[in-house]
Formats: sequence, C-alpha cells, structure tokens
Amino acid sequence: MALLRRDLALALRHGIDLLAVVLFFLAAGALFPFAIGPEPALLARIAAGIVVAMAALAALLSLDRLFAADFEDGGLDLIFLSPLPLELAAMAKVLVHWLTTGLPLLLAAPILGLLLHLPGELYGILLLALIGITLALSLLGGLGAGLTLGARRGGILLAFIVLPLFVPVLILGMGAVLAVARGDSPVAALQLLLALDLGLLAACPWALAGALRQVLQ
Amino acid sequence: MHRFANPGRFQRLATRVLPWLKGLTALSFLAGLYLALLASPPDYQQGETVRIMYVHVPAAWMALFAYLLLGLASASSLIWRHPLADIAAQALSPIGAAFTLVALATGSLWGKPMWGTYWVWDARLTSFLLLFFLYLGHMALLDAFDDRNRGRRSAAVLALVGLVNLPIIKFSVDWWNTLHQPASITRMDGPSIDPSMLWPLLTMAVAFHLFLLTALLERMRTLLMEARLRAQRQARFEAMQAEQG
Repeated sequence: MALLRRDLALALRHGIDLLAVVLFFLAAGALFPFAIGPEPALLARIAAGIVVAMAALAALLSLDRLFAADFEDGGLDLIFLSPLPLELAAMAKVLVHWLTTGLPLLLAAPILGLLLHLPGELYGILLLALIGITLALSLLGGLGAGLTLGARRGGILLAFIVLPLFVPVLILGMGAVLAVARGDSPVAALQLLLALDLGLLAACPWALAGALRQVLQ
Repeated sequence: MHRFANPGRFQRLATRVLPWLKGLTALSFLAGLYLALLASPPDYQQGETVRIMYVHVPAAWMALFAYLLLGLASASSLIWRHPLADIAAQALSPIGAAFTLVALATGSLWGKPMWGTYWVWDARLTSFLLLFFLYLGHMALLDAFDDRNRGRRSAAVLALVGLVNLPIIKFSVDWWNTLHQPASITRMDGPSIDPSMLWPLLTMAVAFHLFLLTALLERMRTLLMEARLRAQRQARFEAMQAEQG
C-alpha cells in the first residue's frame, strides 16, 4: 500500500507527464481527419477503432519508464529486499500505471470520439471495452517493461514485444463495440474480454516478478 | 537429459552425428521433391499450383514445432539453468522465424492464383504473422542487452509467455475472421487428402524435420564455438592487462 501511495504521489507531482500521455492521445487521433479526409460518414465508421488504437499507442509510450527510474536509483533493489512479495509490488506498479494512464485516457476518449464523429450509441460500449483494454495493456505492458528493463532502445523493443500479445485483447474489445454497431448484443464479447483480463491478472504477476528477479540477480 | 548437458560432450556428439544427419536430410529432400514435383498428380481444381502445398504445409508445421521446442528449451533454461538449453533457444528462434517466413511467403504466392490476392486478414494468416513477430521479438530481446545472460533469461520468459499466448491468439483470430480451409490431415475420421498427395507431403514433412534438426545442431555447435572463442579472447585480454599492470 505504501508503495502504491508513494508511486501515485510521485506520478501526480509530475502532473505534466500525465497530461503528456493524454495530449499525445488526442493529437495522434486528430491526425486521422487530415490523413484520410474530413468526411463525417467515413470518420464515424472508423472512429471507435482509432480511439482504441491510439489509446494502445499512448499507453505503450508511457510504459518504458515504469520500472526504469527505480532501477536506476536502486529503489528496485530495496523493493526486492523488502518482505513484500515481489509479485504484489509488481502489481502495485501496474495498478499505478493504470491509474495514471488508463484512467486519464478513459476520460479523454469521449473527447476524441467527439472530434471523430463517433456515433452516439457507441460511447457507452466503447468506454466499457476501453476499461478492459487499458487494464490488459497495463498488465501486458508491465510485463514487457520488466523484460526490456535496461535494454538498449527499450521503448521500441517493448512496443514490438507487447503488440502481438495484445492482439487478442484488441479483437475481443473491438468485437463488443462492433456488435453494438451492428445492433447485436455485446455480452458474449464482453464476457470473453473479462475472462481474458482475469486470466492476465492471474498470470502476469508471476511472469512479471519472474522477469524482475532476472534483472536483480 | 542431464547426461547431455555437458557442452563438451554435446560438441563431440554433434560433430559425430551431423554428417550423417546432413546426408539423410539431403536424401529425404531428393525423394520428397521428386515425389512432390514430378511423381504426384496435379490437383483437379488447382492444377499444378497445388505443388506449393508440399513446401507450404511442412514449413508451417515446422514453424509451430520450432516454437514448441523454443518454449521447452526456455523452460528448462529457467528451471534447471541448463547452459545448453540457452544455446538451443538462441539457435531455434532464427530457424523458426525462417520457417514462418517461408510458410507466409509460399502461402502468399499460393493465395494469388487461388484466392485472387496475396494477402487477406484471415485467421490463420494473421496468427502466423503474429507468430513471426513473436520470433522476431525473441531475437531482438536476446540481442538487446550488453549483459548476454540477462538477454537470454528475459528472452526465455518471453518465449514462455508467447507459448501460453499462442492458443489465445489462435482462438481469438479464428473468432475474428476465417477464410483458410480447415485442417485436412489431422482429423478424427482419417485424412481427407488423397493418398497420392499424402505420401509426397509426409515425405517432405520428414525431410523438413530432419532439416530442422540439422540446422539446430549446426547452429548450436557454432554458437558454442563462438562462446568459447569469446572466452579465450577475454582471457588473453586479461592476461595482457595483468602483464602491463
């Protein structure tokens, strides 16, 4: 808990970093109307997809510093030596990442949706799917950050490693949104997304702690 | 298994076995290619292009098989700190990536006359593309650290995560979109493919397995020699420094 509070306080003290993620998300999303033309009908068709893809990129960009600062100043060694299980400490880190990027992105998503003419009936389901998607991104991304900690060019490598693992989450999350767009029930896709999230939640702490132990040995 | 863990013993064994393996691989490829390209009939629908299958299908099998081996090697390197398992994992991922690329490329060339396009976002194609990315990620991670052991251990964790993830990827893309034909060899009621095509295919599969084994042993041998060379150079460098200091 103390670790959670400390990391949150650190993140909030550098509030501009939080803002940068959201600003990147909005700016990257706003590129699309320039790239494909400002036609409302075309934009409305692909708006949900753009929002989710840009959220994924924004979350990945903020991941490479997840453990890096603590790794460089030795804080990670202290966490390793403390009686707290490394699995729990790793989860605290991942939770902080979600609170400081997933949540702000969730709040900013309707704004980007508005800019891209997202159809009104899709806002609710998109936000619901985004909760599951950003959670999975924080878990998978945390794992990637642990694996690439201290690597040359860690950031790009991290994104490259995480993206293939992230595809199932993206498919299921967008499956729910597309179902609503077709007028079907999104329940099946949402349940599968939830199942995937729970599976990741069960598996990622061990994998991440394993990865961190390799670093600290 | 642990009896062969000694790199020196492995080296001697590999050196003795490899020439035989190479000969056997060449022979089975000759037989397989003869059967596949000359002795087997063209398909009644697909004509001569069906012969692409004799390369495409075994390559795809090997791509998956190599990932399974990679996962096993990574697990034993993490659990038992097996030095040879590390070497095997390092040797396997470029081989697996190559097979995946061959499967993708031949599939793409086959897809053009059959489906009218080089690429579709079909489930199997997509999962193979992702498999290719997993291999490349493994190779990149291996090479990303100044400390080699660190890269090996991180890559081993990644390979295991990928092994767990592969069925999920497979399931999710199947659910997403499918155009590829269903499996026609491994079915409960026996293969639906005609024997005149099954035999060349199986011969090619044997040849591909042998080739995988040959390439793996050869690469492991090279990597071990490389490691020894590096250790010798390091020792010489330190001795020189000791003389000067």
